Amino acid sequence: MYSQGLIGADDKTAEDQAFLDAFQKRIDAEEKIEPNDPMPAAYRSTLIRMIGQHAHSEIVGMLPEGNWITRAPSLRRKVALLAKVQDEGGHGLYLYSAAETLGVSREQMTEELLSGKAKYSSIFNYPTPTWADIGTIGWLVDGAAIMNQVPLCRCSYGPYARAMIRVCKEESFHQRQGYELVQNLCAGTTEQKAMAQDSLNRWWWPSLMMFGPSDTDSQHSDLSMKWKIKRFTNDELRQKFVDATVPQAKLIGLSMPDADLKWNADKNNGQGGYDFGAIDWDEFWRVVKGHGMMNKDRIKARKKAWDDGAWVREAAQAYAKKQNTQVAAA
Amino acid sequence: MSAPLLHTVVQIADDHLISGHRLSEWCGHAPMLEEDLSMPNMALDLIGQARTLYSYAARLENKGRTEDDFAYLRTDREYQNCLLVERPNTDFAHTMLRQLYFATYMKFFWESMHESSDETLSALSHKAIKEISYHVRHCGEWVVRLGDGTTESAEKMSDAVQALHPYTEELFEVDESRQHGIDKGIFPDHANLKTQWQNTIDAIFVQAKLTLPEIGFAQTGGRKGLHTEDFGMLLAQLQYLPRAYPGASW
Ligand SMILES: [Fe+2]
Ligand SMILES: [Fe+2]
Repeated sequence: MYSQGLIGADDKTAEDQAFLDAFQKRIDAEEKIEPNDPMPAAYRSTLIRMIGQHAHSEIVGMLPEGNWITRAPSLRRKVALLAKVQDEGGHGLYLYSAAETLGVSREQMTEELLSGKAKYSSIFNYPTPTWADIGTIGWLVDGAAIMNQVPLCRCSYGPYARAMIRVCKEESFHQRQGYELVQNLCAGTTEQKAMAQDSLNRWWWPSLMMFGPSDTDSQHSDLSMKWKIKRFTNDELRQKFVDATVPQAKLIGLSMPDADLKWNADKNNGQGGYDFGAIDWDEFWRVVKGHGMMNKDRIKARKKAWDDGAWVREAAQAYAKKQNTQVAAA
Repeated sequence: MSAPLLHTVVQIADDHLISGHRLSEWCGHAPMLEEDLSMPNMALDLIGQARTLYSYAARLENKGRTEDDFAYLRTDREYQNCLLVERPNTDFAHTMLRQLYFATYMKFFWESMHESSDETLSALSHKAIKEISYHVRHCGEWVVRLGDGTTESAEKMSDAVQALHPYTEELFEVDESRQHGIDKGIFPDHANLKTQWQNTIDAIFVQAKLTLPEIGFAQTGGRKGLHTEDFGMLLAQLQYLPRAYPGASW
């Protein structure tokens, strides 16, 4: 899941106007760009950064939910959670492969993640102190991911678009499963319902931040839209998410932690929609810049897995090399 | 209801639950992304089998308990998994070897269960054999790669063999209940299982350039509910929510 509004894209190109115009013509004709096609350097680098951030988010996203696998309260929930976290790892794997088609290796991307150079979705820098967070993440975080990713199924870059089609199917299953978990808590004891409300209170605003900075502050959106990498702006997607999610909360008796939330019949060209309160962008940037509660722990956990696993990867390579030598000698 | 059958079914279910639990601890922390997918995958197989077995146990017992009552609401001394499966992950070499030892045992177990006089277990054996054969292959390949990889990996693999081999004897332990099941044609003859297991492990060890250690003394106790200290910590995690919120449903 979890592509986030892109952070810090580079829009410089060295190509001449004729080249750029020809490329734009293909984009406007809704042709898919494939790995071996000519493309502007900035198109390539934007996609590498975007797909890389997305892949890293899948991988780092395994941690907050993985935190509850050994403590899942029933075998049914345990199996569902294990399968979900495993799906996220699978998404990471397809996405790294999609990024590799643009000429960057998984090792390079991993190093950038571990050194802090590459970003991942800010949402995973929040902790999961309670079991309800497992439901809330599925409901809101996978839900927000779907809003972001359904339009990416039509992304102009073929391998990314195709990866998204497969990923989106699984994300919507995760979203329903998460919502069902929260719904179940709300139908449970007073303590369970309080656990669900507390969790929603903590995750609501961070999940709105998943769509990235507001359109007025996001410099790269224009170019990504022109190249049909993105189809909607951050604010448009955020609004869709609010409009879809608020009624879901009401249905199970939960309330959003936003005193300014109210129905506005004039919104969305007269179709109606929710007005909502101001997002704390200071918090967003603080977390993006590494000062969320869990940023350091997340990278530390990934780094530990990578470092502790070095001897395993080396052994696998050494063994494969020996086998190849034997085959060559035979 | 057959008390001896119930007793043995719970033992096998416990083996699967605890084995799956240990594997699931790796999720998100594996040496490579591919293993972040395969270890949870194997854990899913094992916990899935545990669910089927606990549900069968609940039916045999017929006292209204559920799979979760068995999995979550017993005390340390009531779990009867073999000690091998509860041993901590320690490192990837220990984990792969532990799973290989257990999966190889289960593979031959399920294979002979195709002929079991118990229809439920015989039906389960057909699904389980497919899953567990993959575990044997996957873990066996890793044991070979690590045993015959680098000097460092060979050392770690051989440490794992030293540490875990003493726990393998318990896999073949036959208590009164199990003997009862063997006599009734429900469970296979364990001496035969041991030979099959040993042949497979020997063949893998040759490829992995590993030697079988001399076992001074076989460690057993799990089948009687006597566990190592790490096991209590495992249960503390496993049982936390159902214990903290008695009666709640999730
Ligand atoms: Fe995902
Ligand atoms: Fe997901």
